[in-house]
Amino acid sequence: MSSNTSFSRRHFLRLSGLTSAGFIIGLSGVEGKALETVVNMSFLGESSSVTPFIIIEKSGRITIFNTKPEIGQGTFQAIPSIFAEELDLTLDMVTIKQSGGEKELGADQFAGGSASIRTSYKKYRIAGAAAREMLVLAASQAWGVPVGECKAELGKVIHAGSNRSLTYGELAEAASKLEVPKEPKLKDPKDFRLLGKSTPRPDVPLKSSGRAVFGLDVEVPGMAYASIERCPVFGGKLLSFDDSAAKKVKGVQQVITCERIIGKYRFEGVAVIADNYWAALQGRKALKVNWDFQGNETFNTKNYEQHLRDLAKNEGVLDHSQGDFDKAYAEAPVKLEAFYETPVVSHSPIEPMNCVAHWKPEGKLEIWTSTQVPFSIKNNFGKEYGLKEEDITVNVMFNGGGFGRRLYPDYVHEAVQLSKKAGKPVKAIWTREDDTQQGPFRPMTFSAFKAGLAANGEALAFQHKVISPSISASNSANYDKTKTDGGMMEGVSEQQYEIPNVKNLYVHADLHIPVAAWRAVTSTTLSFSHECFIDEMAVKAKMDPMAFRLSLLKKESDTKKLLLKLKEVSGWDKPLPAGWGRGVSQWEFFAGLAGMVVEVSKQGTGIKIERVVCVIDLGTVVNPDTVAGQVEGAVVMAISAAIKGGITFEKGRTVQSNYHNNPIIRINEMPPVETHILADGGDKIKGVGEPGLPPLAPALCNAIYAATGKRIRRLPFDIKKI
Amino acid sequence: MAAITLTVNNQQHKIDVDPQMPLLWAIRDFVGLKGTKYGCGIAQCGACTVLLDGNPIRSCSFPVSAAAGKKISTVEGLSENIEHPVQQAWIELQVPQCGYCQSGQIMSAVALLKKTPEPTDAQIDAAMQGHLCRCGTYPRIRKAIHRAAELMKTKA
Repeated sequence: MSSNTSFSRRHFLRLSGLTSAGFIIGLSGVEGKALETVVNMSFLGESSSVTPFIIIEKSGRITIFNTKPEIGQGTFQAIPSIFAEELDLTLDMVTIKQSGGEKELGADQFAGGSASIRTSYKKYRIAGAAAREMLVLAASQAWGVPVGECKAELGKVIHAGSNRSLTYGELAEAASKLEVPKEPKLKDPKDFRLLGKSTPRPDVPLKSSGRAVFGLDVEVPGMAYASIERCPVFGGKLLSFDDSAAKKVKGVQQVITCERIIGKYRFEGVAVIADNYWAALQGRKALKVNWDFQGNETFNTKNYEQHLRDLAKNEGVLDHSQGDFDKAYAEAPVKLEAFYETPVVSHSPIEPMNCVAHWKPEGKLEIWTSTQVPFSIKNNFGKEYGLKEEDITVNVMFNGGGFGRRLYPDYVHEAVQLSKKAGKPVKAIWTREDDTQQGPFRPMTFSAFKAGLAANGEALAFQHKVISPSISASNSANYDKTKTDGGMMEGVSEQQYEIPNVKNLYVHADLHIPVAAWRAVTSTTLSFSHECFIDEMAVKAKMDPMAFRLSLLKKESDTKKLLLKLKEVSGWDKPLPAGWGRGVSQWEFFAGLAGMVVEVSKQGTGIKIERVVCVIDLGTVVNPDTVAGQVEGAVVMAISAAIKGGITFEKGRTVQSNYHNNPIIRINEMPPVETHILADGGDKIKGVGEPGLPPLAPALCNAIYAATGKRIRRLPFDIKKI
Repeated sequence: MAAITLTVNNQQHKIDVDPQMPLLWAIRDFVGLKGTKYGCGIAQCGACTVLLDGNPIRSCSFPVSAAAGKKISTVEGLSENIEHPVQQAWIELQVPQCGYCQSGQIMSAVALLKKTPEPTDAQIDAAMQGHLCRCGTYPRIRKAIHRAAELMKTKA
């Protein structure tokens, strides 16, 4: 039976009490050294270095912890299934609990960077296998039979020769007293029940019945509701406020201030605390707040974009160099240059930011929230509020979308402060307008390219210069402008194309608006410019774009393998109907590697996306159906970012406010998506959630070029008017 | 404030609220059913969709007073054991990702299939266009509605 209740400290302690008669297996806190440090404990309390991923109680109840917040990416099934596989359990035999950033469960309790599976697959398998071997050994000792004659199967250890069996619960106590195997034998993949198979996700029934509990759904006794007025101009300061009208709204309890802490920024806001959320909203409307805009009220997108274009004239700092770009470019008989521009975009998960916080009189803090970063909240908030890590309990709820937005716990800070000041649990809910207008946003990147070709089209020299504000600079006041910015050059120097002379550069632009990681981060803009410019080079070389890319991939590489697969499954060489075009793109970056072919057709002045074919390279796949879903979702998000409005600023404020003027694509705009997974094994496991995003925009724009001859160098564009 | 009686999933609830309060907040915070979600507050995303006398409405933009005396259906009322054909199809096709928008999607799908037992893709698109899914489950929603139509046919 799966559970959607989160894993509270209270529950944690109760469980560990029970395990005195049970069995816990885990890994020590040292990441990446799982094997040497697998330990078993009959009492959790004896050592704080134990991480109880799996708890087998004498009663037979088996609990597995999902250490990665479920944000729609499928960890609620995928993570427990890694342990369950090695224990030969199915997920309906276990209770899944969401971990809450407990130190013992590791610093990697976050959902981000497509990292959940690729960083934990091996170590979690080892933990599960160790537990299985101990259960099997305990059974063989109980029966006095050779361990080789016993095997674990679906929650029992079986001795076929004597037709005997014992359940894991019956074996738990004896198993817990055994030494933990240093090198447990992992299951042969051919015996897998769960891994590599499209098994159903246990959260799906909860999410098809309104039973999944999201942050917004949390209710605790005595709770008040809050809505917070923040400065509409970024960087403004609170001068004063008049709450007399707000306090007259029935249900309004009090009006207090709080500070939104996001990266290096601290923004003061005025919160209306009320009996119910509607009253808080009405009270907020009645507030009169005076802000000092600090001179930021003249900021606008148009001028800032021009500033970025001007900055492109600067040399910038070196990101990556090979060969002698300057010489090769100067001498190249064929030269081309291009400039690409992308917009600021919002995350806009459908569940707006919200948090319930309870600052208890005894100085303990309990938090219920949708978050991607429970470990960071539990272990870092203490510094801000003078609490110890063990005084903070984080209940991680189902996330109504993450996309990187919930890597930033600014909304949690606000709720914590409000609860402390109000002296009661407070649920603070952002409106959609707050969510759309306050950021943090994915920043834009502008890109200046130069390439030199030989007369026969061979690529000799290549340069990608990125001009942008910086996510790192938004996150930290100690940003070093003299160095390249890996986050803003993401993937640029990792592409496998074999070009002898390369010089990639970065030009930093200051910005006073919080900017943030977004699903696939900067790869979502840089892939567009980079892979469209590669297409421009192919055109200049008078070569087919697929053949041109492959001509730059002489060495064996995952990228080459991917493109060859993509060529095959997309039917690249098959003729298209008149008025259609086909485009290709691939992108390798920290999270993984995927490639796409997009087919479009001309429709009057516009374009219709007819087909999207994706190949995603994973090495090892846990749940192919989840992967397909993630690619479909990535395509939706990438199309929205390519053809819908984006975020702009005027008079220091965000222009857009809600989904009507900050739209995302709807069901009628959804093209068919085919997903092909490369899972050839090997040591490297690549990410799932993000790699499906970067290739879409460039493949789409390359297809539009193929269909119309029109080269798109700026996002977003109007797909109805090419 | 006004005393209002709401009939939600065939149960009567007497609540005392601002008559202008959107039905959404009345259902969530006064009736106590949390399956219906807040997404935008301006009838743009569909996460708050409930059925009013069988017709899908955006409860975030519908005053609670206007719902008095009408039959309100929320996702919780569809079935005891998650066995409504639409829910079954949603599970079979593993539609939800984050799942936040799905209560609203499901309620609109239920209403569509009641009026149009065998909808075409175009009819599905027309009926479901008011719903946003940031995770991008659109292709599966389309398939699941076709599948639910099949399940309903075999059941009937």
